[in-house]
Amino acid sequence: MGSGNREKFDNPVVEWVDSRLPVFTLLKAEYGVFPTPKNFNYFWNFGAIAMVMLITMILTGIFLAMSYNPSTAGAFESVERIMRDVNGGWLLRYMHANGASFFFIAVYIHIFRGMYYGSYKQPREILWILGVVIFLLMMATAFMGYVLPWGQMSYWGATVITNLFSAVPVVGDAIVTLLWGGFSVDNPTLNRFFALHYLMPFVIFAVVFLHVWALHVTGSNNPTGVEPKTKKDTLPFHPYYTIKDSFGVLLFLALYSAFVFFAPDSLGHPDNYIPADPLVTPAHIVPEWYFLPFYAMLRAITFPVGIPFTDIVFIEAKLGGVLVMFGSIALLFALPFLDKHPIRSARYRPLFRPAIILFLLNFIFLGYVGSQSADATLFGLPLSIFGLAATAVYYGFFIVLIPLLNKYEEGRELPPSIHESVLEAQQKSKAPEAA
Amino acid sequence: MATKKTTKSAKSDSRRDFLALTAASFGAVGAGSVAWPFINSMNPAKDTLALSTTEVNLTPIQVGQSITVMWRGKPVFIRRRTEKEIAEARDVDTSKLIDPQSDEERVQNPEWLVLVGVCTHLGCVPSGQKVGESRGEYDGWFCPCHGSHYDTSGRIRKGPAPKNLAVPSYEFLNDNTTLKIG
Ligand code: HEM
Ligand code: FES
Repeated sequence: MGSGNREKFDNPVVEWVDSRLPVFTLLKAEYGVFPTPKNFNYFWNFGAIAMVMLITMILTGIFLAMSYNPSTAGAFESVERIMRDVNGGWLLRYMHANGASFFFIAVYIHIFRGMYYGSYKQPREILWILGVVIFLLMMATAFMGYVLPWGQMSYWGATVITNLFSAVPVVGDAIVTLLWGGFSVDNPTLNRFFALHYLMPFVIFAVVFLHVWALHVTGSNNPTGVEPKTKKDTLPFHPYYTIKDSFGVLLFLALYSAFVFFAPDSLGHPDNYIPADPLVTPAHIVPEWYFLPFYAMLRAITFPVGIPFTDIVFIEAKLGGVLVMFGSIALLFALPFLDKHPIRSARYRPLFRPAIILFLLNFIFLGYVGSQSADATLFGLPLSIFGLAATAVYYGFFIVLIPLLNKYEEGRELPPSIHESVLEAQQKSKAPEAA
Repeated sequence: MATKKTTKSAKSDSRRDFLALTAASFGAVGAGSVAWPFINSMNPAKDTLALSTTEVNLTPIQVGQSITVMWRGKPVFIRRRTEKEIAEARDVDTSKLIDPQSDEERVQNPEWLVLVGVCTHLGCVPSGQKVGESRGEYDGWFCPCHGSHYDTSGRIRKGPAPKNLAVPSYEFLNDNTTLKIG
């Protein structure tokens, strides 16, 4: 941060500021000349896209909060008023509600990119872990946000999820009462969820800052997983990636706008337009789509764990489901320490590559299982069996397959450098032309 | 000479360690005692606690009928059970139950079953109160959220819920015509 070997700026105002607080030097170093691998594909757009979505959420959220009333008596009506009477309120609310979905789309793709290209591996472990922290905070924020309109799904989603904590041995019920501030989800709960929903995005912002800081210490990974070696391997961030990121962001925003303007309720549940009623549980409670795979894992455990043929139970079914759900995220934290294979990118790992694609399909299938009612069937079998199997596949990927691959997988030959791999790809695509 | 010096510095090290540890523990206790009022402010407030009794007039309820009332923001099920339902509830080998409890332990007066209508799994309201709603495989209540079946004593018989439906504290007043819950 020292401004000792600072280059002078031509603009006198910029120079005046920079010699006192070198923010322009910082910007130039981190976003101007910052050396960036030259072989990024479009998967590398989603970090910038997620950042744009975070800012969108914070802006729309602050303006919604100006018309929102966080009380059980007023919440539902205030949201309807935002939709009907507040100038442009419908736009703010639809941008916010669909924005949450698109934020998750961007972040899920961003996470999968990291897994596919091994971006979590040494030396980027902390970068990855901060990313998982952001993901967890996002889930908490989105969950509390969904409670705010105080519809039936808000109320019952909040009831089911806060009740998860009652599974904690001994202190479970005390924790739930503490979360509620009462004996059920009620006015104190809504009030504190609003306070936290307002706060947490700013915490996310701070963690994103650390995440980007860590990124700029190690530099970006790239599709080959080979670190840049010479200047030939990189390009300055500006203008090459500022342009590519802007292009990706605009495409993404176009798709997002299509939902906001033409299908604004398609990702939400119609029951949330019914005011919350503590006496009537909807026949089929489903969380928002981005929680479905985890919800499926929660429901997969329907049996207690104990010594067979005795009454001794170590973990009752409810606690088992909760542990499995949180464990699935703990595994993401542990990933950099589980996967010790020296090759990063799935491109050069003939076994990891199909495995990670199957992992993705399995995750999507878990999402489907989570979207169905508890007594649904598939091919004549109870769906819960498939949920359990898919949960086992999720866990197996991390704790069985990855350690096995560490030992036995032989990688393909790595390109000597990013530059060479780019040249090789270019030659290949030119070859048919020459022939 | 050298040994003497090491022992001496080791000694002063351990004194320093002691001071540092003591200071850190006091700091931790101090931080904890400041944190507690903040956390405790999230627990139910006095006025929330004060809303904790409800009185119900029982006279209009016929045998076989159920009603739902609110108590502490939660539904409470009151069922005036038929002879058949009472017999079903008592004709059970309690040792085979998920949460073993006899019907006698769960009622003050066999005709009146009073339950907190909140599934002990994750808090949904089980169906079975209204005529025509599913009562599950044991003729009591059925929770649609993840499929828990409760019997005519409100005991969990099948499904993911770990416990029987809770029995609130209650008493009969005015010659058994009024029920006071809480
Ligand atoms: C990480 C960023 C955020 C996420 C993922 C998020 C998510 C959500 C979600 C899913 C809803 C429910 C939308 C609906 O169905 O109506 C919601 C509602 C709401 N959020 Fe956020 N939010 C974020 C940031 C913020 C911020 C920073 C504020 C305020 C400063 C805010 C204020 C509100 C308000 C007032 C509502 C209720 C109005 C409504 O339901 O549309 N949000 N949020
Ligand atoms: S809440 Fe009743 S079965 Fe899950």
